[in-house]
Amino acid sequence: MKRVKPEPRSKIYWALSDFAVLTKRSMVYIVRNMDQALSTVFMPIMFLMLFRYVFGGAIETPGVSYVDFLFAGILVQTAAFGATYTAIGVTTDIRRGIVDRFKSLPMVSSAVLVGHTVTDLVRNTISAVIMVLVGLLVGFRPEANAFEWLLVLGILMVFTFAISWLSAIMGLLSKTVEGVQWMTFVFVFPVTFISSAFVPTASMPSALRAFAENQPVTHVIEAIRSLTVGTPMGSHGWLALAWSLAILIVSYLAAVYIFKRKTTAN
Amino acid sequence: MAKSKYAIQATNIHKSFGKLEVLKGLDLKIHRGTIVALLGPNGAGKTTMVRILSTLLRPDKGAVSIEGYDVVKDAHSVRSIIGLTGQYAAVDEYLTGRENLRMMGRLYHLSKEDTLRRSEELLEQFDIVGAADRYAKTYSGGMRRRLDLAASLIATPPIIFLDEPTTGLDPRSRLAMWDIIQNLVTQGTTILLTTQHLEEADRLAEYIVVIDEGKVIAGGTADELKSKAGRERVQFTFERDSDLKKAEKIIDGKTLEVDKKLKGLSVSNDKGVARVRQLLEKFENEKVRVTGMSLSKPTLDDVFMKLTGRKATHKDSHDESSDKKEAQL
Ligand SMILES: Nc1ncnc2c1ncn2[C@@H]1O[C@H](COP(=O)(O)OP(=O)(O)OP(=O)(O)O)[C@@H](O)[C@H]1O
Ligand SMILES: [Mg+2]
Repeated sequence: MKRVKPEPRSKIYWALSDFAVLTKRSMVYIVRNMDQALSTVFMPIMFLMLFRYVFGGAIETPGVSYVDFLFAGILVQTAAFGATYTAIGVTTDIRRGIVDRFKSLPMVSSAVLVGHTVTDLVRNTISAVIMVLVGLLVGFRPEANAFEWLLVLGILMVFTFAISWLSAIMGLLSKTVEGVQWMTFVFVFPVTFISSAFVPTASMPSALRAFAENQPVTHVIEAIRSLTVGTPMGSHGWLALAWSLAILIVSYLAAVYIFKRKTTAN
Repeated sequence: MAKSKYAIQATNIHKSFGKLEVLKGLDLKIHRGTIVALLGPNGAGKTTMVRILSTLLRPDKGAVSIEGYDVVKDAHSVRSIIGLTGQYAAVDEYLTGRENLRMMGRLYHLSKEDTLRRSEELLEQFDIVGAADRYAKTYSGGMRRRLDLAASLIATPPIIFLDEPTTGLDPRSRLAMWDIIQNLVTQGTTILLTTQHLEEADRLAEYIVVIDEGKVIAGGTADELKSKAGRERVQFTFERDSDLKKAEKIIDGKTLEVDKKLKGLSVSNDKGVARVRQLLEKFENEKVRVTGMSLSKPTLDDVFMKLTGRKATHKDSHDESSDKKEAQL
């Protein structure tokens, strides 16, 4: 048999190639696994309808209409849930032995994590666009200009990337796909509901309110709300970015560390 | 580095998971260009050993050298000369067969041309051309296995690890897989495969290492092991209990085993068909009514019985098999 040899190229070339190959692989899932793509936006649309038409009438939002208030919250919640596909992807790959296979190759095997997280970014961009369109249909009237929309997308993507890397850790730590689905839900549900996503924090009991007003998801929501419908920005913009970057960096380092440990050292 | 004649050399490998000691000082040497089978029951430590040899796990103690490269210190070099086909087919369900192979080629860091060329060659060779553009999730178990093996061959690695390559295949696919494996050896590849079936080891391997509870308990060619395990046996079943009683008297040997429930008995048989005919004639003369007869070759169970004095089916084999089902979903 004629033996083939790895092509001699720089380490960086191959590292980037590994990232690209595995990103392409995960990206294919968006198209081929339509169930997953649809369920990404299905739940947020339900929430949007529910709050817009059922609960919304009972919620006071000073200065803006409820649907304008709600939209930023729904958008961020969509992104948060959308960023947990990494967790499911990582657990599935481990369970299926695909991670083992990658580990036995002369590649940067943590590229499998990069593939999933970058794919979350793409999927979340698509679902954000869908959510904006649906929002417009139900009466959302943003005042943002093109530059402000870019900022919205930027904040949303940094936030998505942070949550994706955090969920990569969950994916690495759980044993079953069902387990990781629960784990991410139990995490995302409270941090998006105990925030200013659906109701102004002023209406909450004081302990809850203290948490809600100071946690990162609220800063992200408030920053986007300010950019889209002109509520006061205050320090939310900077805090949103600072929090997201901090979570991103810590989660990235932890995820790569756990990945290496879990798959070689034990 | 002076090339030793061994492609794989593992000495005194220990590995524990928490308190569970899985490998207890395993030694293994494999000549370049040969095929060796690691034979053992569920939970013996076969997969653990393969994972250590293929750089996926670090041994707690002991050293492994693959073509002179240490699996811990020089894992990267090892990875560029090995191919691993794990116990459970690790193919990407949402990619087509062709895409799976191409992805693997690029991850092995082959050039684009080599990747394309090898993918097509392998699709051809493994008889997946017809299904090359279907998602792997639509493949049958046998096709998946073939694709899985093909994927680990994309870079023509000189050393290949196959963890239970034929588990779950039907007899025809198993034969096809055996052919493929034999071909690889003809081309000079060094292969370590694990199996639970003596027959498979017998058919493929030049040398068999039997492991149990993390230790090597025997090694040798298939014939050597079989002679340790005892001889072929012949079994009879009878119509009535009285037939069985008469038959017991007729045979009356050291190796006789009687199963009252099945109204049957078995006895070792080293004289082949001649002896069987002789027995049947005797039964005929004594009017013993025989309802069934079969011959059996020594099985892994027999080898185990002989070597360890207990059944090969390990106590935790039950959980293991349920694990397996889950992982294949
Ligand atoms: N990561 C792990 N953590 C804890 N225990 C493990 C781990 N991997 C394997 N074991 C245990 O080590 C023992 C040997 O497992 P191994 O998978 O090597 O056996 P095997 O010979 O491949 O069995 P089988 O024929 O079922 O594949 C089993 O008791 C198993 O439960
Ligand atoms: Mg095994």
